[in-house]
Amino acid sequence: MKMSDIYMYILVMAVVTYLVRVLPLTVFKKEITNKYVTSFLYYVPYACLAAMTFPAIVTATETPISGIAALIAAFVSSFKGRSLLESALWACAAVFVVERVIAFI
Amino acid sequence: MGQHEISKGQWFAKGMRDGIPIALGYLAVSFTFGMMVVKDGIGIGQAVLISMTNVTSAGQFAGLDIIIGSGTYLEMALTQLVINLRYSLMAFSLSQKMDRRESWLWRYPVAFGITDEIFAISVSQPGKVSALYNLGAMAIAIPGWVLGTLLGGISGKLMPPFLISAFSVAIYGMFMQIIIPPAKENKTVAFVVGGSMLMSLGFKYLPYLNKVSTGFTVIIITFVAAGLAAVLKPVENSDNEPSELPIEDAGEHFRSGESGDENE
Repeated sequence: MKMSDIYMYILVMAVVTYLVRVLPLTVFKKEITNKYVTSFLYYVPYACLAAMTFPAIVTATETPISGIAALIAAFVSSFKGRSLLESALWACAAVFVVERVIAFI
Repeated sequence: MGQHEISKGQWFAKGMRDGIPIALGYLAVSFTFGMMVVKDGIGIGQAVLISMTNVTSAGQFAGLDIIIGSGTYLEMALTQLVINLRYSLMAFSLSQKMDRRESWLWRYPVAFGITDEIFAISVSQPGKVSALYNLGAMAIAIPGWVLGTLLGGISGKLMPPFLISAFSVAIYGMFMQIIIPPAKENKTVAFVVGGSMLMSLGFKYLPYLNKVSTGFTVIIITFVAAGLAAVLKPVENSDNEPSELPIEDAGEHFRSGESGDENE
């Protein structure tokens, strides 16, 4: 592989990825008023974040058991309305603790 | 509007604060990326350059495969388009959420930083969100992404596997924090969240469905779940007034330094 090739690859990656992000953010100059479109856009974050979170959280760690622990910890923390950082750290802590315990068993 | 005007500086500071958990999660993921790139015989500098110019996770890993396999540029472009297409949906959603009184030019740098995580925190802001909030989050999160790549490239042994394992769930903890409190308040949101998770489970384990790539899975689920909810339970708000959105009823009041716990 020539060195110049790699920079060309990186350029293609970067340009396509930026266009994918920038076009929808900038082309709609007028605010959308259609009730169904605005409702759809309102529900979009919940649908895509939920789809990305589960079951990924269970399979992201070294063992599903610690992943389930992270799921429970994050659920309880967010149900109680904690902050972003706190819920993130509770999930991390659950994985850490459970994997340490498993290591000893 | 009855809303306290939040200064640009406050927005930026709040974005930086909320960018911290994102940076933590990014460290773990980009560390792995850095490790893999160097293992595959590509230089650390190039690994860092990829992370600096792309700021995607799945897209970068897929791009790496194509570079290693000496794929065509067209293949590279199409793969990036497909895997990152969900960002278009997010950008479209964000385009309605951003404060229209601000200069349109801010949107060009903001677009660069539309990732799953930064999108998540910016749409979770009550009312309209300032471009400065996104830029603040980017100012913390993107260096985390790049630094992780660098460290992973320097040595795959610097970060022990148990730490990578623990940090890898940070982003999911954040996502839960964003979707669970509104789901508690709003039944339709709860159904969207629950339904999306079920579909996601199906796409992971059911035959045929598990052949669909992750990028497409997210797009399909989002269209189905958000589309159904929009048709069956359209949000009854006329002017996009923050107080009308069920997302956060504390929209009239901004408490600096507090995020995600407005519903206490």
